[in-house]
Amino acid sequence: MKRNSVYSGLRPPSVAGKAGSSIVRAAIAVLLLVPAFLPFDYYVNIATQILIAAIFASSLNLLVGYGGLISLGHAGFLGTSAYVLAWLATRGELSHLWASLGALGVTTVVAGLFGVLSLRATGLGFVMITLALGQILWGVAYRWVSLTGGDNGLSGFSRPHPLGIDLSSPGSFYLFTLVVFVLAFLFVSVFVHSTFGAGLQGVRDQPRRMQALGWDVWGIRFVTFVVAGFWGAVAGVLYADYNQFVSPHVLALTNSAEVLLMVIAGGAGTVLGPIVGAAVVVLLKNVVSAYITRWVMLLGFVFVLIVLYMPEGLVPGVERLRRRTVRRGAEA
Amino acid sequence: MSAMALELQGVCKSFGGVPAVREVTLSVREGERRLLLGPNGAGKTTLFNLVMGDLVSDSGTIRLFGQDVSRLRADRRVHLGLSRTYQVITLFPKDTLAHNIVLALLGLSRSRFDPFSLLAKRGDLWERARAALDRVGLAKLADRPLSQTSYGEQRRLELAMALAQEPRVLLLDEPLAGLSREERRDVQDLLASIPREVTVVMIEHDLDVALSFAEKITVLHYGQVIVEGTRAEIVADPRVQEVYLGA
Repeated sequence: MKRNSVYSGLRPPSVAGKAGSSIVRAAIAVLLLVPAFLPFDYYVNIATQILIAAIFASSLNLLVGYGGLISLGHAGFLGTSAYVLAWLATRGELSHLWASLGALGVTTVVAGLFGVLSLRATGLGFVMITLALGQILWGVAYRWVSLTGGDNGLSGFSRPHPLGIDLSSPGSFYLFTLVVFVLAFLFVSVFVHSTFGAGLQGVRDQPRRMQALGWDVWGIRFVTFVVAGFWGAVAGVLYADYNQFVSPHVLALTNSAEVLLMVIAGGAGTVLGPIVGAAVVVLLKNVVSAYITRWVMLLGFVFVLIVLYMPEGLVPGVERLRRRTVRRGAEA
Repeated sequence: MSAMALELQGVCKSFGGVPAVREVTLSVREGERRLLLGPNGAGKTTLFNLVMGDLVSDSGTIRLFGQDVSRLRADRRVHLGLSRTYQVITLFPKDTLAHNIVLALLGLSRSRFDPFSLLAKRGDLWERARAALDRVGLAKLADRPLSQTSYGEQRRLELAMALAQEPRVLLLDEPLAGLSREERRDVQDLLASIPREVTVVMIEHDLDVALSFAEKITVLHYGQVIVEGTRAEIVADPRVQEVYLGA
C-alpha cells in the first residue's frame, strides 16, 4: 500500500484508512436501516441489546485489550450506573436527564475509587481485587433491601424523552442506542490511536521500560480504568432504560465473566473485536435459547471452538485466514 | 570546577539479605565521562537501577543536579534529564523502530496524556523519530517491526531512544555487548558524537573502547567502590590487579 505522504509508511497501520472508513460508513448505513427491515419488534430489541453489549464490551476492552489488565468486576460499573439511575428516577424523583447524569457521575467516581484500590496490583492480583469489588456491589444490591429493593430490584421508571422524542417504541429506542453506540465507537477508535493510546499499549507490553522513558505507568492505567468505568456506566444507563427495571442479576459475577468473554472471543485489543463478540454472545443467548434449552452449553462449545482455532479472537482470526487465502491466491 | 551532575552518598541495596550495593559514594561532574568497572556480580547494573529509579535504594541518598531524587519515581527522574539503556534489551518487539523512538519522545512530551491527538497525524514526532534513527544509521529500517531486526540493530535503537530524549545525564549499560567489530566501531563513533555537556556514565567490558572514552574510572567489587581514578591510576592499583587477575 502506497501513501502519498512525506512520512509514507512511517505511520503505524491504522483502521482509519480509506478502505476502513468506507466499511464503517456502510456498516452505519446498515445499522440505521435495522428497524425498517427487521419484521418483528423482537429482532429490533435484540439489535438494541447487541449495541448495548457492544458499548459495554468496548469499554472493558480498553482495560483488557489495550491495557493488559484483566478485570472480572466490570459489571459493577454497568450495574452501579443502572441502579443509581433507577433510584434517582424513582425514589429521588429526578427528571430522567438528571438521573442519567447522576448515574454517570456517581459511577465514574466509583470507578476512580475502585481504580485506586485495584491498581495496587497487576496480573492475577488485579483480577482478584476487581472480582472482590464486583462481589461487594452485588452483595449490597442483594442485601441492602431498603436502598436497592433487594431481590425485587427497582422499577417504575420510564424511558427518556430527549428533546420531546418518545423512545418507548423498540425502533426509536434502537436508533437512540445507535447514536450513543456510534459516539462510543468513535471515542474508542480515537482513544486507542491517540498518543495516550500508544502509551497505554506500551505500558501493557513493557511497563518498566515505559516508566524509564518518562511515562507515568500508574497514571495511565488509572485514567484508562476511569474511562472504561465511564463507558461501562453509559452502557448501564442504556441497560436501565431498555429494561426499565434493575435487579441484582445485573451485578452478578456471570455478567462480568460474560462481557470478558465477549472481548476475548471477538478479539481483545482490536476496536471491532468486542463488537463482534457482543453480537455473537447476545445472538446465541436470545436466538438459540428459543430452540435449545441448554443454550449455555452451546455457548461454552462455541467458546471452546474459538479458543482452539482462533485463540486471538474472531476478528484477528478471520483477518489471519483472509491474509493466508490472499497469499495462496497470489502464489497460485 | 563545574557542578555535580550525579552524587551518590552511602547508597545500599540488598536482595533478601544479600547485599548487592554497599555504601556506594561517588560523584560525577557535569559533562564528565565515567566508566564503571568490576567483575560480574559487582553490582554495576544494580547501581544503574538505583540511580534510574527502577529499584529503590534501602538507604543513602542519590542527587541529580543537587536535587535529592532517592524517593522519586523513575519517570520523574527522566523528566529531570536522566536516560538510560539496558543491558538486556527491553523494547517493543511488535512495533516498528520508528514507533519505539516515538514512545521515547512522547515520554517527555506533554501530549503523552492527550487521548484525542491521533498518533498517525503527529508528523512532528515521526519526523524527529526518523532523524533519531538516521543518527544511528537505522533510517532505512524505520518501518520495520523490531522483531524483524538484528541484535546489533536493536542495540543501536536502544542508544537512539536514549539520545532522542536529549538527556543531561546518560547511563549506558554495556552498549557494545554482543556487537560485531564493525558495529562496535559505529557505536564508538556514535558515543564520540554525544554532545560534550552531556554527562555519561557507562558500564562496559570492552576496555579498549571504554578506556579511550572515559576520563575517570570507578571500580566496584562486591557492591563496594574499591578504587576511583584516572586510567593510569586504575591500571597501576594493586587492588584492581587483585580483583581482575586474582594475583
